[in-house]
Amino acid sequence: MSDASTTKSGGFPNPLAWTGRGTLALFGEIGRLSIFSGRTALSALTPPWNLAQLWKQIIAIGFYSLPVVGLSAVFIGAALALNIYTGGNRFGAEQFVPNIVVLGITRELGATITGLMLAGRVTAGIAAEIGAMKVTEQIDALKTLSANPFRYLYAPRFLAAALTLPLLVLIADIIGVMGGWLVSVYALDFDSTTYIRNTVDFLTLDDVVVGLIKAVIFGMVIALMGCYQGSKSSAGATGVGRAATLSMVGAAVLVLAANYILSTFFVQIGI
Amino acid sequence: MTQPILELKGVEKSFGSNHVLRGVDIDVAPGRSLVVLGGSGSGKSVMLKNALGLMTPDAGKILFDGQDVTNNQGKTREAMRSRIGMLFQSGALFDSLTVWENVAFRLLNADKMKRSDAKEQAIETLKKVRLGASVADLRPAEISGGMQKRVALARAIITKPDLIFFDEPTTGLDPITADAINDLILEQVKALGAAAVTITHDMASARKVADEIAMLFEGKIIWRGPASEIDRSGNDHVDQFVHGRADGPIQPSL
Ligand SMILES: Nc1ncnc2c1ncn2[C@@H]1O[C@H](COP(=O)(O)OP(=O)(O)O)[C@@H](O)[C@H]1O
Ligand SMILES: [Mg+2]
Repeated sequence: MSDASTTKSGGFPNPLAWTGRGTLALFGEIGRLSIFSGRTALSALTPPWNLAQLWKQIIAIGFYSLPVVGLSAVFIGAALALNIYTGGNRFGAEQFVPNIVVLGITRELGATITGLMLAGRVTAGIAAEIGAMKVTEQIDALKTLSANPFRYLYAPRFLAAALTLPLLVLIADIIGVMGGWLVSVYALDFDSTTYIRNTVDFLTLDDVVVGLIKAVIFGMVIALMGCYQGSKSSAGATGVGRAATLSMVGAAVLVLAANYILSTFFVQIGI
Repeated sequence: MTQPILELKGVEKSFGSNHVLRGVDIDVAPGRSLVVLGGSGSGKSVMLKNALGLMTPDAGKILFDGQDVTNNQGKTREAMRSRIGMLFQSGALFDSLTVWENVAFRLLNADKMKRSDAKEQAIETLKKVRLGASVADLRPAEISGGMQKRVALARAIITKPDLIFFDEPTTGLDPITADAINDLILEQVKALGAAAVTITHDMASARKVADEIAMLFEGKIIWRGPASEIDRSGNDHVDQFVHGRADGPIQPSL
């Protein structure tokens, strides 16, 4: 659309109008996303629950993500060990590899890597599925058949992601630490028993819990972004593709932003 | 005069600057079949979606069985929807469910019926649209377009509604399949004694199923009359539409 405010002199957009409109659009979007999130959370936390749908989503979101999460975690753990060894070497501090690996994985990387991988696999998948349902009138059909899409579609995905992400992160933690151990023992000549003892001694419940709480939040973000973008997808294959892309980028950025905010929070309260 | 089962009064709906409905007035008597004609993009689907509460009109009123349901979200609207069947333009079958689960969707979800009972009813209803029990366990993607339409019809009639909406029921079907669908619609609507609102641009279909015909043009109902008078409407727009001519008061939307 080209009205007077966008094209002033010589067809260049007026920066003020452009910024103003962008800001308004952003606030509108945040408002809509907040309302959508609120309604989804409310449907997820109050009965009646659709247990059949919930179980289906737990399998789809949790179980089928195991390979990608496991593979990502082992490589991140291995690379982390290698880099800490190289860095620590400069101060003669290479013996701290097991400590820093287990801390980095449990507090930070296990959750963020899982969150980012699922922003790709799960968020885009949800957005494409819901988007396809939207453009083929299946969401309208749900409503006419007295099924609320928030209860039938969005809440089960939200709950399934919030419940399974911590489990996936726990698995990522274990496999990530194992990745670090593998590299340390087989490439960096660490003694296996000492490495494991150092890891176990340094590991605290707090560090693990920090990662798991992050995981719950990431799970919510991942499901919400997929459902939200899918539900407002416009007609046609390009509309659905766009919804999938937008949801994935949005979820990835929000996972990283939430990670920073949560890290700050946990440091502030001293755990 | 009996009270209409559905009444639209001055319904308006815009999308941005696109003023689609500009004051639609129409009513349907119980047990009668109304066909609304209109070109592609004239707002026929938007009209149905407003009537169903899938969209909220910018202005005007929607009455169902005498009750104002325009802005009603809660129990009244659910009560209304449980008495309405809808056949979507695209069928809108749930592709993650089997054929019988689609047909029995309302029974399984809103009505919490036992699966075995629901399946029995679904198979009964599939029989009414001439589909055998063998398709019950297939997925919508595994059956033909004409069969999908029949499954969608079965889903719309299983709860014996008082009013059924048909959004272009024959679009995208070959003439023979289309005629078979028209026959089924006619037969099932009569069997239920339900009122029907069919929107279409298919004249053969309109002549077959209509008691009354109305025409939607530029956001308003510009003509309405008994189906038998469609050829003597005295309205240029209707004549052009009935005879499918490109030249006339209606500009083709290209
Ligand atoms: N959800 C929507 N958002 C924006 N525009 C819409 C929407 N639904 C329909 N329209 C517009 O309304 C007009 C009428 O559409 P529709 O009712 O689907 O036509 P038809 O008579 O072919 O069924 C079209 O111009 C369409 O682009
Ligand atoms: Mg339409």
